[in-house]
Amino acid sequence: MEYYLQLIVNGLVVGSIYSLVALGFVIIYKATKVVNFAQGEMVMVGAYICFALTVQFNIPFIWAFLITLGFSVLLGLAIERMVLRPLIGEEHISVIMVTVGMSSVLKSLVQLCWGTQIKVYPQVLPTEPVMIAGLPVAPVYIAAFILSVILFAVFSVFFKYSRTGVAMRATAFDQQAAQSMGIGIKNIFAMSWCIACIVSAVGGVILGNINGINSHIGHLGLKVFPAVILGGLDSLLGAALGGLIIGVLENVCDGAARQFFNLGGFREVAAFIILVVILMIKPYGLFGTKEIERV
Amino acid sequence: MDDILKVENLEVVYNDVVLVLKGLSLACPRGRITALLGANGAGKSTTLKAISGLLETEDGEVTDGVVLYNDEPIQGLIPERIVKRGIFQVMEGRRIFEDLTVEENLRCGAFTRPRSEIAESMERVYAYFPRLKERSRQLAGYMSGGEQQMCAIGRAIMARPELLLLDEPSLGLAPLLVEEIFEIIKRFNQDEGVTILLVEQNARAALSVAERAYIMENGRVVMDGTADDLLHNPDVQEFYLGMGRTGDKKSYRDVKHYRRRKRWLG
Ligand SMILES: Nc1ncnc2c1ncn2[C@@H]1O[C@H](COP(=O)(O)OP(=O)(O)OP(=O)(O)O)[C@@H](O)[C@H]1O
Ligand SMILES: [Mg+2]
Repeated sequence: MEYYLQLIVNGLVVGSIYSLVALGFVIIYKATKVVNFAQGEMVMVGAYICFALTVQFNIPFIWAFLITLGFSVLLGLAIERMVLRPLIGEEHISVIMVTVGMSSVLKSLVQLCWGTQIKVYPQVLPTEPVMIAGLPVAPVYIAAFILSVILFAVFSVFFKYSRTGVAMRATAFDQQAAQSMGIGIKNIFAMSWCIACIVSAVGGVILGNINGINSHIGHLGLKVFPAVILGGLDSLLGAALGGLIIGVLENVCDGAARQFFNLGGFREVAAFIILVVILMIKPYGLFGTKEIERV
Repeated sequence: MDDILKVENLEVVYNDVVLVLKGLSLACPRGRITALLGANGAGKSTTLKAISGLLETEDGEVTDGVVLYNDEPIQGLIPERIVKRGIFQVMEGRRIFEDLTVEENLRCGAFTRPRSEIAESMERVYAYFPRLKERSRQLAGYMSGGEQQMCAIGRAIMARPELLLLDEPSLGLAPLLVEEIFEIIKRFNQDEGVTILLVEQNARAALSVAERAYIMENGRVVMDGTADDLLHNPDVQEFYLGMGRTGDKKSYRDVKHYRRRKRWLG
């Protein structure tokens, strides 16, 4: 029993990282209808920048973290301006292919700068586990979870109450009508990419603190697909829950596979199997938009 | 006369090939309601979009002519700039943000306005449309068509424009509601001194509130005059107000007669 509880706790932590990355994905999809295949690579870039700042430039972690966030804003602006703006009005499939290409470029750049070896973050939090409900949990796990929750809260408030947040949701619904209100949709697009880069970078930094990083952490981007499709492509709440559910289920399934069938590595495919099963039951995801129909 | 808006010889082309406006000219006197009438496909919505800058997003282009707003040319400006200058378009078909609440929709209307005036503007909208107040926290997508039209006009009130472009506010509304909406449009015009350019299929309703009107066909203005003149013009009565000249059904010969007249007038 304790074995499974432990798996659930680990799953929640990994899941909260999936949620963050899924949040970035959903924001871009909602505002611009672009399916971003480079989301995982945005995680990777953030993780490496923070690593470089702390380890190679010896900047205290908290500052390195803040600088990474600033860098993410610039990265978001750059991607939007140089890669996506020229594509406004092009076919969806071309835009998607461009994000696939961008993911390779980002990945190669990272490998060029830092190689493919695993890199370890310096110890920021104590390693001594904290007991929660009788289970030992590493402080970094707790911090990761809390940070994700805070970010989600911040963005929920942002989208609900701030002028820009409401304008972003309006733009997501009807771009031309938004323009007719004087909303500058190019700024809105740029803003979406910035937010997506920020949340991804935070996910990357958390991941780095937990496991260390190598150039494969971009694969996390793939795990985000089950999470967002499960939650519904355009729902923030769905992204949060989808990420957590996928995180927990994949850990538990993996543990069960190990225990009963002596199978390792089930984790890598579990998420996709879960996805297929859920889509058979709920094709629009748990919270996806069913067009509003008036009676 | 002091015209806030002057459109001169406007030509608009969609997708680089389809010529939709063929030298259209009109003027809106400051503080008045001007109606723009015409059959389906005449180019009324295109005219409004050319003024508000929204053509660009539909691959439309102004290829000739000028749009003067307060005597400054504004064609080619992006929509945000044009809204900031005080022109606000209520698009055809309401274009409500369905998954936002009524209140959030209204706030979007005030996007270019200072935050400090939003609360007061909101009260103003609720005074015109008490029904919106009751539903302020409801998702706009679940409202009736009439309530959505109120919400669309409410967004315009939030923007406090100098010139309001209204595209078919009567679309799909029951006659009683049409009357109510037009009364509010009239009141908005009188209370705030807003100039309105009103596009309508419902010529009778439009002429009841407008002071002047233009009738367009096929990308050109074919007739214009005061609302009274047009209401008593036999051609207008016959083809836009649906009154047969002799009480009979319209015959093809009448149509031909009208065509001749139209050519002559145009
Ligand atoms: N985005 C577009 N691309 C190509 N052609 C267009 C576009 N929008 C309108 N048109 C064409 O331009 C012409 C005028 O359209 P417009 O919408 O201005 O007419 P309208 O007078 O508003 O008609 P209605 O009363 O039916 O709304 C039509 O023939 C239409 O097919
Ligand atoms: Mg129209």
